[in-house]
Formats: sequence, C-alpha cells, structure tokens
Amino acid sequence: MRHLIPLQTILFKEIHRFIRIWPQTVLPAAITTSLYFLIFGGLIGRQIGSMAGMPYLDYIVPGVVLMSVITNAYSNVVSSFYSTKFQRHIEELLIAPVPNWVILAGYVGGGIARGLAVGVVVGGIGVLFTHVHPFHPWIVAAILLLTATLLSLAGFINAIYANSFDDISIVPNFVLTPLVYLGGVFYSIDLLPEFWRKISLGNPILYMINAFRYGFLGISDVRIDVAFGIIGGAILMLLVWALVLLRRGTGLKS
Amino acid sequence: MTQALSIRALRKIYKNGFEALRGIDLDVQAGDFFALLGPNGAGKSTTIGIISSLVNKTSGVVEVFGHSLDREREAAKRCIGLVPQEINFNQFETVLNIVVNQAGFYGIRRREARIRAEECLRQLALWDKRNTVSRTLSGGMKRRLMIARALAHSPRLLILDEPTAGVDLEIRRSMWDFLRRINREGTTIILTTHYLEEAENLCRHIAIINHGRIVEHSRMGDLLARLHTSRYILEIANSVDRAPVVAGYRLERLDERTLAAEVPAELGIHRLFKALAEQGIEVIALRNAANRLEQLFVDLVESQRPVPVRKSA
Repeated sequence: MRHLIPLQTILFKEIHRFIRIWPQTVLPAAITTSLYFLIFGGLIGRQIGSMAGMPYLDYIVPGVVLMSVITNAYSNVVSSFYSTKFQRHIEELLIAPVPNWVILAGYVGGGIARGLAVGVVVGGIGVLFTHVHPFHPWIVAAILLLTATLLSLAGFINAIYANSFDDISIVPNFVLTPLVYLGGVFYSIDLLPEFWRKISLGNPILYMINAFRYGFLGISDVRIDVAFGIIGGAILMLLVWALVLLRRGTGLKS
Repeated sequence: MTQALSIRALRKIYKNGFEALRGIDLDVQAGDFFALLGPNGAGKSTTIGIISSLVNKTSGVVEVFGHSLDREREAAKRCIGLVPQEINFNQFETVLNIVVNQAGFYGIRRREARIRAEECLRQLALWDKRNTVSRTLSGGMKRRLMIARALAHSPRLLILDEPTAGVDLEIRRSMWDFLRRINREGTTIILTTHYLEEAENLCRHIAIINHGRIVEHSRMGDLLARLHTSRYILEIANSVDRAPVVAGYRLERLDERTLAAEVPAELGIHRLFKALAEQGIEVIALRNAANRLEQLFVDLVESQRPVPVRKSA
C-alpha cells in the first residue's frame, strides 16, 4: 500500500481546503436549503397539501438534501482541480510518483467528503422542519455515496477540459441546475403529461432523487434497481473517461 | 561512473507541428553540477519537462539513475526534484504545508514529512515563515520555497530551471552557496540559467542546446580553454585622441579615458600594461567586457543561426 500516503495527503489537503473556507462551501447550502424548506414547505407547501400521499414538506426534503449533495460534490472538485491546474501546482503531483488513479481518488474523495458534509448539515436542517427519518437507511447511505461519487467524477472531467473559469461554470449553470430542478426535487413526474414524463425519464438526476426519496419515504417514480443500475453505469463510464484523460495528459501535459 | 541522467534520441513535436527537440543525446554523471544552456525557445524547458514527466515525449529514451521513464516511471520520479521556472505552488497554502504535502506525495508519512520540511526550510532560511501564506512571500523567498519543496523527498537529481531569475545578487549568492553545499553532499544538479556567470561559477560540465539540438557538450574547463582572446575595458588616467597601437593586441577607443582591448591568451594582459605605460598611458582600472562563457555562448548560438531564406522575385 505504498500509494496510501499520497492518497491520504491529497484527501487531507482537499478536506482541509473546504473546511477552511466553510463560509463559502457549507454555509451557503445551509442557508439556501433552509429557505427552500421555509418557502416551498412551510408557506407554499400548505397551499399544495400532499404529494404522492405525503405532506409536501416531507416529500421535498430528500430531494433538497440530494440537490445540495449534487451541487456541492460537483463544484468542490471542479473548482479545486481547475484552480490546481490554473495555479500550476498540479505539477507537484505530476512530477511525483503518484499514479493517476490516486490523483483521481484523492480529488473525488474530497468531493464526496464535501457532498456528505453538506448533505448531513442540510439533512439535519430538514429534520428540524419535518419528522422525516430514513425508511431504508442503507439505500439512503448508498445513494448518498454513489451520487457524490458520480458528481465528483463529472466535476473532475469538467476541470480537466476547462481552460478558463467560465468553463467551470457553464456545466453547473446550464446543465446541472436545469437537470436537478427537472429531476423531481419538488414534484412527482406522475403529475406531468405523458410526453414530458417520458422525457423526464431520460434525466439521470431523476433516478438519484427518486431512489434517495425511496430510502426516506418508501415512494419513488422509478424502479430502484433501475436507478442503481443507471447510477452505477454512469460512475463506471465517467471513471474510465477520467482515467483515460489522465493517462493522455489531456489539459495537463503538452 | 553512474549516470544520473541518460537521454538518447529524444524528440518532441508539439501539436502545432513545432519540433522543439530534434533527437538529442545527453549524459549527466552522478554527483555532477551540470549546466544546460540555450537561448529562449531552444528546447531547455521542453527537455526538463520530459525528464520530470510534465511534457509527453514524441520518441526517445530517458533514464534517471538507470530507471527508464517508460518502464520504471515511479522509480525514476523518486530520484528527481524539480525547481521550475515559474512559481507553481498553491498561493493560498502556508509555507510549511506546501513542503509537507510535497513530501506526502512521495510517500513520506506526515510526522517524518514535518521533520524533513523543518530541515529544508531551516536550510533555506524560511523556517520563521513556516506559517505564512505563500502568496505574501517576497520573490526571493518564493524561489527558495520552491527549492525547499523540491528537496522535501531528498532527491538524488535536482533540476533547477532558472532558479535565480529575478532575485537580487545577495540572495543569488546565498543560493549558490547552498547549491554548492548540497552538490558536495552528493546531490547531482542540473541547472539552466540565463546568468552565464552563474553557470561558469557553479558547473563542471555544460551542454548548450539550440534549435532543438545539442551544439556543445563538454567539461566547462575544456570549453573555456577554447576561448583564445578576452575582452577588457580599461579606464586610463590621461585622455587619448585615438586608440593606441600595441603589436599583438587590438585596441579600441570608447571615449577619451576608456579603451577596449582584445587580449590574446598567449600574450596576456601584463605585457599590454607595460606597452601602454611606455606610451605614457596609465591604466587605473580594469574590468571584463563580457563574461567569458557569454562570449562562447554567443559564438556557438550565432554559428547555429539558420540562414534566412531569400524569397525569389
């Protein structure tokens, strides 16, 4: 296990980084989600009543928690790895005897850690507003971990291709956010007309949110085994993609 | 003797088609203090980039202490410490963490890494700054931090790409003393620099690269011995209207109290002083018109300059 120390070093560095700047990394998610719970749950939610047989606030809690995990895991890796490239201290790793998989595991591990940290904080706030508790704790834990892994890998690939700070904000703003909002955080896709329901089934985020909601509430718009299959397949695909990019030195070596 | 670095037929063609290295061969012996010189764009940084795995080679073989970069990359990397040309550490990290993390990337446990970091930072007079965020350091301190970081894992081969660029003379000289010391203690050093005086003072062997080819690869002393004439500037006590004539020497009047003299190695400067004194000219000060290596460097690079292609009408 000669690569354990380099892996620990990268992980420690990454975790230390987001903890050191917690007002930028953890606090905004806590404030934003509190507002979601207050406005969508407490105020508008009363007018809506129930969703899929659940009180509306209870219904949205899992989706809002996972939304925070998705955005934080992605943004942690994309911003950290891109700034490592931008300041050129990626060279510290490239010259050292650190295999590519260790570099990837270190940064993705950092993204997972931040995703989970924010997920726990937001989940804790959700508990203050509702009485929601995990119905299937293992499914909750597995989806949390797999989602954070998937989005961290996606952030890493985005950072590799990015040539400017604009490039690291395009995907979160114009791809990730629409997919999250259209992924059933605030509604069941059964409410949609058939055409839009089928379109929604092409959104991978939908499967993560519904599987996570199933873990809490025991209800889902999609089959759980299909959700796990899609998330696992996507992780495998992004993992191979990221390792190929690192091997080629795309965006890192000339 | 053990080879610290062996390069054979190394080529690099960038994606835009530019051929930075045209099949270079280079050997650096273990324990050497080696100068790799060349004008801007000659291929020095590309060579260093390939050795340190920052640039992908097109073809060729690189071995570091017998470890092939292709077959035993990790073992080769463990031997190398790099001080790059550009500042490339995390500007928001503390000095101590930068060195400790670098040691960690080489598999050194955190506790040992802190001890090693303290040694390196003390040697480079940065220990007092260990908790300072690196972006607030002065230029000279940043350069020394990059050396400390490169030494964190005790490399056998230290590569310095213009380490003293932009630092003042006092710091440069203290860095020279430090580099001489670690070289005496066994670290092989490869140095690229634009300060040719630095290379002449520090290095025992030299390679000059130009247009992607090695145009000179020899002992520093052998290279300097090829220089047959030296050029001096003479400050004289009495004014002269024209350059005096002394057999065997070429003298040029720069102004009424300053002469430039080309001094052949076989005649020496003493004979010139004597001849000038006989003509009533008293020399009150003397300095080198150019660094000796600089003259050779310019000659070698100029001789390799491509002939401009004349366009037909």
